[in-house]
Amino acid sequence: MSGTAMIEAHDLRKSFGSTVALDGVDLQVPGGSILGMLGPNGAGKTTAVRILTTLALPDGGSARVAGYDVLTEPAAVQRNIGVTAQDATLDEVLTGMQNLVLIGRLSGLRRTQARARATELLDQFELTDAAERVLKEYSGGMRRRLDLAAGLVTRPPVLFLDEPTTGLDPTSRVRMWGVIRELVADGVTLLLTTQYLDEADELADRIVVIDHGKVIAGGTAAELKKQVGGARLELTLSVADPAASAALSSLVDGPVHTSHDGRRLRAAVSAGAGLASTLVRALDAAGITVDDVEVHQPSLDDVFLALTGHDSDDPATAVEPAGSDADLEITRT
Amino acid sequence: MNTNTAAERPRGALQRVRDVAALTGRNLVHIKREPLQLSDVTVQPVLFTLLFVYVFGSGVVLPGGGTYKDFAIAGLLAMNLTTSAMGTAVGLSTDLSSGVIDRFRTLPMWRPAVLVARSLADLMTAAICASFVAITGLAIGWRPDAGIASIAAGFAIFLLFSYAISWGCACLGMASKSPESAQGVGLVILFPLAIVSNALVPTEHMPTLLQDLANWNPVSAVTAASRRLLGNPNPSAAIHAWPMQHPLLASTIWSLALIAIFAPLASHLYRRRTTN
Repeated sequence: MSGTAMIEAHDLRKSFGSTVALDGVDLQVPGGSILGMLGPNGAGKTTAVRILTTLALPDGGSARVAGYDVLTEPAAVQRNIGVTAQDATLDEVLTGMQNLVLIGRLSGLRRTQARARATELLDQFELTDAAERVLKEYSGGMRRRLDLAAGLVTRPPVLFLDEPTTGLDPTSRVRMWGVIRELVADGVTLLLTTQYLDEADELADRIVVIDHGKVIAGGTAAELKKQVGGARLELTLSVADPAASAALSSLVDGPVHTSHDGRRLRAAVSAGAGLASTLVRALDAAGITVDDVEVHQPSLDDVFLALTGHDSDDPATAVEPAGSDADLEITRT
Repeated sequence: MNTNTAAERPRGALQRVRDVAALTGRNLVHIKREPLQLSDVTVQPVLFTLLFVYVFGSGVVLPGGGTYKDFAIAGLLAMNLTTSAMGTAVGLSTDLSSGVIDRFRTLPMWRPAVLVARSLADLMTAAICASFVAITGLAIGWRPDAGIASIAAGFAIFLLFSYAISWGCACLGMASKSPESAQGVGLVILFPLAIVSNALVPTEHMPTLLQDLANWNPVSAVTAASRRLLGNPNPSAAIHAWPMQHPLLASTIWSLALIAIFAPLASHLYRRRTTN
């Protein structure tokens, strides 16, 4: 199926009262690939997924999933998709096994087939020990894994995962990523929404950035990074020195941002051979000592900040320790 | 590896039946595992039966004779089945406020199965509830005085009514914003419905307005019909109001009318509630 689009949407529009959730969204997901839909809370990601999975009707536009029109052939779409929604969508009162069997039976499997498939999935997701436990007793990570398993009962060719790792601890997230990667190795087409930039970078073949109900950028992770431009320099001085900015200004692109304590500096740079040495020598010549210097290739964080105009110019937030980027959750302020 | 997928399956009437069966089973598991719902159909009927028979029974004198015990069991069936119909409202409202209905809606299943399965599961719990009342009654000395077919009809008329009420409660569940509000509103409607009737006391000594309400209350028609079928004391037979003179016909009309109104309304509300 690769090559032809398994998920395609054209000019999807949806409003709730005066709130515009989707303002003309176009999507193309070729068979066997993963599209990461990246955006903050309220950007319209969930609404798009709800329309594509037949849960909501668009006000305008059209969409086809697995070759079927979501508006006129919802039953055919439903037979070809698996959905893992953001909210709890499994039955709290049933056991893990009962949940999967129920979904199997409602998808058209006979009781024995549904049971066999459930057993297989519980094993695959390392939930066999919890099979007979009521869902209320599951941890967040176990629940998400079961939720994902529930989407796979009929081995659908198209999967929708709406924020599959939101709210999970880092270990469970990494485990979930492993599970998702395995799925795609089997050739399913996947649309994944996420607020986590590293997650999209990690899993998706292509990424669309969505904000205020519009796709504001799209491409591979590398293409998006290129769109944002150069690398980013972060320097930590031994002691604050107002002369540092001037010493650097001819070597960087644009303004130098200084943190409140004056010790940490940040600026855009054009990465090239020997750049770090050149920078340190320039500061040395000005009598300024450097504790730490880092040149970052642009991350998806930078992409997102640049595209949405999120508060990226504020020096207080701009000079975050680099390590925190991985856990940065974008929320609208 | 098993290669059967739903994509290859035809979706006929048989599959609809399977969808309903799967969901009915799921609802019954809920009732079994939720202590409050379970006690509504097990502990409560026993407790109410004992309390009413021994507390009220000591003070009520039946016009036309007969023991309160023989009079009360049909009334207790009516009261317990009416109030336990609330489970439908609370259950549906709970499902709608969680994401579970959304999950069902992404499956290639028969959409009305959610409602049909709910009403069937509630019919089964109503049967359990009725059995608890009957067994408690038999244990303390209540005796039906009729043929087996007539006794069976006496219970069937309750179950039909209970099924009808649960469609009304399904509407309530879908119109409510939360399970709590469904329960609150349900109590306000169902308790007076059960109490302002001939179920627990003869209506002769009620104030005129209440007497009229009670005589035309569907619960009274159902109770009177059942008393007649069970061969138990039925003082309402002396009342001239039409439903009390024709309780069998009246209760059947009531039940069918309630189903005719509330089942389509429920499916309309369901569609509205799950489309956005």
